[in-house]
Amino acid sequence: MPQGEYRGMNLSILDIDHENVAYFGYCADHDFRLQKCVDCGLLRYPPGTACPWCQNREFEWTPVEARGTVHSYGEVHQAIQTQFREHAPYMILIVDLDTQKGEPSEHEALRVAGNLVTPDGELAPPELVKQVGIGSRMRMVFADVSEGLALPMWTLDEDAEQPENPWRYPQEYNGV
Amino acid sequence: MTSDVDATAPKYLRDKYAIIGVGETTYTRGSNLTTRALGTWAVKNAMEDAGIPASEVDGMMSYSNNDSTPSPMIAGDLGIRLNFYMDVYGGGSSSEALIGLAIGAIEAGMCNTVVVFRSMNGYSQVRIGGTGVRAAAPIGGDAVHTAPYGWLSAGQNFSPSFMRHMYDYGTTPEQVAMVKVIHSEHASNNPKAYYKQRLTVDDVLNSRMIVKPLHLLDCCVETDNATAVIVTRAERAYDYRNTPARILAVAGRVCKPRIDMHFQHGPISTVAGYYIKDIIWPNAGVGPEDIDLTGAYDAFTFTTMLQLEDYGFCKKGEGGDYVSSGIMRLGGERPNNTSGGHLCEGYTHGMNMIIENVRQLRGEVDCYCPTDNQGRRQHTYDYSGGACRQVRDANISMNLGWAMPGTGSSMVMRKG
Repeated sequence: MPQGEYRGMNLSILDIDHENVAYFGYCADHDFRLQKCVDCGLLRYPPGTACPWCQNREFEWTPVEARGTVHSYGEVHQAIQTQFREHAPYMILIVDLDTQKGEPSEHEALRVAGNLVTPDGELAPPELVKQVGIGSRMRMVFADVSEGLALPMWTLDEDAEQPENPWRYPQEYNGV
Repeated sequence: MTSDVDATAPKYLRDKYAIIGVGETTYTRGSNLTTRALGTWAVKNAMEDAGIPASEVDGMMSYSNNDSTPSPMIAGDLGIRLNFYMDVYGGGSSSEALIGLAIGAIEAGMCNTVVVFRSMNGYSQVRIGGTGVRAAAPIGGDAVHTAPYGWLSAGQNFSPSFMRHMYDYGTTPEQVAMVKVIHSEHASNNPKAYYKQRLTVDDVLNSRMIVKPLHLLDCCVETDNATAVIVTRAERAYDYRNTPARILAVAGRVCKPRIDMHFQHGPISTVAGYYIKDIIWPNAGVGPEDIDLTGAYDAFTFTTMLQLEDYGFCKKGEGGDYVSSGIMRLGGERPNNTSGGHLCEGYTHGMNMIIENVRQLRGEVDCYCPTDNQGRRQHTYDYSGGACRQVRDANISMNLGWAMPGTGSSMVMRKG
């Protein structure tokens, strides 16, 4: 059973939860994979037990290029969990993967959540938080938790062209 | 009017049911009472409001997040023998949905009169934000996709939807802050309100940031309280003490596609109201222009705005203009949350907004206006602080209940 402690939280995934065990297991190998429907061929996120578009229960774990654009975000200034407090403000990013964006309908995308982190996986300091907003180009990195369990995270894609002014909430708070 | 649109539910129940009694406890932080005692208190008040004896109540429903006391305990304390009860899991958006299910239970012949209650120590026992004991619980399965990112509370969960609305439509923090300003004005005329102080846009924008775009004063107050309403058939409703509020239509827990992760199916700044409007308006037989006052759930300032917009009270994207225009103020074209709502009166998962609208339709809200020798309010319609909050000619009201961006409920009532 994949389990481990992460920032004071006890994460634990039951063995019978095959979809999540597999997903986070690939993440632990730093190999981002999503379920691809064997029938209609669409990828889905987060892991699920059937294809939301054609209801087929069969799928294959398929490697997906983990790059995309920030669709929206939250920026937490007052953390609830104790071990996040020293890292506030921290960002929760919703990233549209380039893969399958706008499919199967205009407003759909594989929108993968994660914190903004440095390239080595640490929660971003304030000067990095200030650089990121809607439109920023991101690539995935992983935060290792334990054997069989790692969490997807997002860092600025150094190889991509970044927007000059990604959209950020207009009011700064404590300089961010 | 949109009544020519095909409804997804039968119209034959329109106007056939009514709310005959409403009641609540005081709104406090630190009730020093069990949810059983609070629930009993609120249900008893609703029964006294209706003037209904225990022998004529035979159904009871409640909702909770495992933070309440089940119906049979409350009924037993009050000497009510039940022919039907149902206690379900749920928070915001449950109120209107359970009233709809109560109508269904009566219509099915299972019982005659149903009390719906919500009892919670939302401040002193189980806090919505997931702090305390809940924060220490193990995180498993699907929650591993959210909680480890420090993404737990309602405000944290909803913030990307709110932020995207600002990006898509140019909505400003100043516009949205007006929701709090207006609700605080309303609360200043509500003796029951937990926060009665009138606030300004600057007060909101200068309060500390919780999670962008939500300042402290964009978030509702957490309180301890219980609330109750009594539902029965319209033809019975006139046997009781107060003018009934007739129910024109309900919609319950209507969802956007893919609420397993709301963001997968955009636009993410669109909320469940986009789907609810196609049920509630045809079933009620009225449209937005017919509504005299609204009770748009205000867990957050943004919640009120997004709902009013998607129900069609303004064009999509113009919610910022709507909430800052003065339409929602007492004395405006369509006041919203005249009790002060969750932002100021107290937090009860939408029930207090239904109670307020019932009282408004009766023309008998409890403000600071003088009473006559029968105890009836002599409303002045002076909406300055510490005065009146009765809406003139309140004939049709709407409640817009919210669980999350992807799920909502609604009810339209008329003066009986």
